[in-house]
Amino acid sequence: MDYGTLFIQQIINGLHLGSIYALIALGYTMVYGIVRLINFAHGEIIMVGAYTSYIMMNVFGVNIVVALIAAVIVCSIFGVTIEKIAYKPLRNAPKMWALITAIGVSFFLQSTVMVIFGVNAIPYPTLFSDLIQVGSLQISQIMIVSLALALALMLSLELFIKKTRLGKAMRASSEDAEAAALMGISVDKTISTAFMIGSALAAIGGVLFAVAYPQIKPLMGVMPGLKAFIAAVLGGIGVIPGAMLGGFILGLIESLTKGFVSAFWPNATLWADAILFSVLIIVLLLKPSGILGKNVREKV
Amino acid sequence: MEALLEVSNISVSFGGIKPVDQFELHLQAGELVGLIGPNGAGKTTIFNLLTGVYTPSEGYIKLDGKTISNLKSYQIVQQGIARTFQNIRLFKSMSVIENVKVAFNNRLSYTLPDRLFNTPKYKAQEEWLHNEAMELLKIFDLQDDANEISMNLPYGKQRKLEIARALAVNPKLLLLDEPAAGMNPQETVELMNTIKLIRDKFNITILLIEHDMQLVMSICERLVVIEYGKIIAKGTPDEIKHNERVIAAYLGE
Repeated sequence: MDYGTLFIQQIINGLHLGSIYALIALGYTMVYGIVRLINFAHGEIIMVGAYTSYIMMNVFGVNIVVALIAAVIVCSIFGVTIEKIAYKPLRNAPKMWALITAIGVSFFLQSTVMVIFGVNAIPYPTLFSDLIQVGSLQISQIMIVSLALALALMLSLELFIKKTRLGKAMRASSEDAEAAALMGISVDKTISTAFMIGSALAAIGGVLFAVAYPQIKPLMGVMPGLKAFIAAVLGGIGVIPGAMLGGFILGLIESLTKGFVSAFWPNATLWADAILFSVLIIVLLLKPSGILGKNVREKV
Repeated sequence: MEALLEVSNISVSFGGIKPVDQFELHLQAGELVGLIGPNGAGKTTIFNLLTGVYTPSEGYIKLDGKTISNLKSYQIVQQGIARTFQNIRLFKSMSVIENVKVAFNNRLSYTLPDRLFNTPKYKAQEEWLHNEAMELLKIFDLQDDANEISMNLPYGKQRKLEIARALAVNPKLLLLDEPAAGMNPQETVELMNTIKLIRDKFNITILLIEHDMQLVMSICERLVVIEYGKIIAKGTPDEIKHNERVIAAYLGE
């Protein structure tokens, strides 16, 4: 394979990975936009989504589409419930408390899954693995499915936010939650919606991730969750198109370092995550509010 | 005659400090009343109590005979109280008309499926919404700025937009927190005329906080003066002008 083909191949891989990061990053950014909370339990929602789809397919014998819908429903319920039980009582407490609670919820979900399903990785059914040969490029079906699904979801989300009543109420709440409440908007409802949509997207991200790397384990949500968080910050946390952009940038960087730079520098694969974090640091040094972030200092 | 707003001896305390202490107020429908007092007297805190941002630790608030002091902000708004803010709090990155439209949220009843399938119900309500929002903007001479991003408006217009947005929730009682702050004298006079006009046009009751004494005196029928969270005087502008405690509070002894 010549370098040109390798490069394009890695761009395609990067878009695939990036579409998953972008879906997950949206959950971080939507929640942060309204409640100013980094929901560190978001990564575990990915894992819950993957496990749910696995159970649906292996125990109930349904197909992937039904399994995906089940994962979306279960994760939405999880997301909304976690917010009601763990974060809502702390809404007026110092931000740090909710952040620590989020880490606690994350450990709780990991441990619960470990107790029920064991700590070992479980093989996930192989799906959409047929390769399509385009010239010397290899594109698997799952890449096309992931990218198409992610783009369709992002477009729908944009339309929802821009064109619907609830979406506009969410935008108002994320600009100024108190002022929105004083215009008659139920901020509780917009917060629940943000958690619901964010978790639903994370469920889809989780299932796509499990199909791409066909195994599931209790800690599987940690790295994608962390990277999606970086993606959200990179794009400008609280800004929805920023999360999408950040997700794709991150996917491309990761894929290019692992698959392209490694052709010249064999250790690049090992350094891939370090390079990702370096990019984050550099971008934040140059533009602290992220690529699409508004340069507004948070009021104290 | 039963009062539209009945505030009965409300207090609130934050860590030993009582920014509002035994405040009471009765507003009749259609009144235009001024709430004045020196800086830090607790005026904005009273607005925050009336709109559910804070819950009073003592006393109660009734609107149209219904207790509202235990409701959340958005529910109080649905009961009919709207407000503006001392420091402008528009939805900055939304357009002028969107700011107004979003405040209509509670007066619309179409659902997500209606929106999705563009049903006649959605279309009818959306048309009504657009016309109503434009009408409100016209009152404040903002119709030509409808599609401007709100943070790009000049300061005086942002203040007006806040009032337009508050009116969009269809209030019985409108609370204006220093509506003329930062405006030049001519803008202030215009604004005061507009405030009188909207009171009559929308048939609402207005309670306003203002620093500019002359201005309050000229448009309010009744004034309530507070200092350190307590009422020190009540009455017509003329009575207040000659009240010794008020003079002392403002000029210092």
